[in-house]
Amino acid sequence: MTNAVEPTHLTTPLTDEAVGRIKAGDPVVISGVLYTARDAAHERLARMLEHGEPLPVDLRGQVIYYCGPTPPRPGRPIGSAGPTTATRMDVFTPALLAQGVKGLIGKGRRGADVREALRTHRCVYFAAIEGTAALLGQRVQSAEVIAFPDLGPEAIYRFVVDKFPVVVANDVYGNDVYELGRRQYART
Amino acid sequence: MREISAQTITDAIADLCIEVNHRMQPDMLAALERALESEESPLGRRVLQQVLENARVAREAWYPICQDTGQAVLFVDIGQEVRVTGGALTGAIQEGVRRGYAEGYLRRSVVASPLRRENTGDNTPAIVYYDITSGDRVRIGMIAKGAGCDNMSRLEMLTPAAGLGAMEAFVVETVERAGPNASPPVVVGVGLGGTFEKAALLAKRALLRPVGAPHADPEIAALERKLLDRINALGIGPAGFGGRVTALAVHVEGHATHIASFPVAVNLDCHSHRAKSIEL
Repeated sequence: MTNAVEPTHLTTPLTDEAVGRIKAGDPVVISGVLYTARDAAHERLARMLEHGEPLPVDLRGQVIYYCGPTPPRPGRPIGSAGPTTATRMDVFTPALLAQGVKGLIGKGRRGADVREALRTHRCVYFAAIEGTAALLGQRVQSAEVIAFPDLGPEAIYRFVVDKFPVVVANDVYGNDVYELGRRQYART
Repeated sequence: MREISAQTITDAIADLCIEVNHRMQPDMLAALERALESEESPLGRRVLQQVLENARVAREAWYPICQDTGQAVLFVDIGQEVRVTGGALTGAIQEGVRRGYAEGYLRRSVVASPLRRENTGDNTPAIVYYDITSGDRVRIGMIAKGAGCDNMSRLEMLTPAAGLGAMEAFVVETVERAGPNASPPVVVGVGLGGTFEKAALLAKRALLRPVGAPHADPEIAALERKLLDRINALGIGPAGFGGRVTALAVHVEGHATHIASFPVAVNLDCHSHRAKSIEL
């Protein structure tokens, strides 16, 4: 695990070259577009792929954010917008990575299948800090529902973000921040 | 007989929903400050600093502390000398939650049926537990319970022969298995004894205690310290990135139990722990 202090700045869409530059544990700030999707939206996307239907958005080079934001107060694009647990999305993730997704943002561990798929498809899984949802909401400059409005907070939003702070959890080389970090601090 | 109007209860609960979701309570802020003092991991310290900064922004700029504003869990203790007028108590409580989540721009995170999973659109129903107590007051304790950490909670019906060792191992293992998914550092509620459902309820209610306040019984308080030390030796750390502080506090509640039983329940709450009690 590198202990970089200054965050790497990435702009979406992400390229293979960009995701190859960052390692587990690196702080990163992302500017550009994030697409939110959580449990219910994933289920619908998976069904569309199964039936060979076109997805509501071209996912090549894009970043998916596991987030169900709070509704905005008047005059704001969005309310608080922290990550939800990524593990629940594991069953749907490999199929989405095959669509060319280059970044995922959530919190918590990924299963073995997803970690393998991240390597194969050269995609990075970033961790955002759940307890910083207000700070993360302030990084969102615009928010627009682009699919599944009936799902309420689980709809797919298109966020435009400015310097959205995350940490590389799983890099494209198979490293995992949770394993590396814990190994360093466990007292047995 | 003291009288209290249903409207008073509705208003108080609406305020409580908005308050706990926007203002991190002093006990929790103090616990996070203590964690920052003892954390050695640079990444872990950065996480704790950001969580504290988040609490400031939430308070000053009116953002919910977390986007998962929870399903409202309410412990309502009603003195037997008080009577609710002008409406049904349960309806007044649910209306308070409905209003608080709408007026506070809080997320609607409740689906009507676990099978059909359609959002109710107003974050009701809240989960409400009633107790009848002495006196003429109504005491309401609220936890805005996020799902990430609730999902990582566990219950086991141990045998008396398995003893304290198995109980302690189960508590520590629950936090270990939860790892980063419960958004550490966590607050750990433990329910020991009673029956299957009583243990779970004790574990949940233990989360209402001011964070880090020890149990009045010195034997249980010693157990809380021991469990906290063992959990913080796991190395999971803030956000699970590695570090010394995996839990902020362990709160244990015990209850009389059957000669054949030793239920143990562990309910986890994340680093956005939101709980407050009021009295009317």
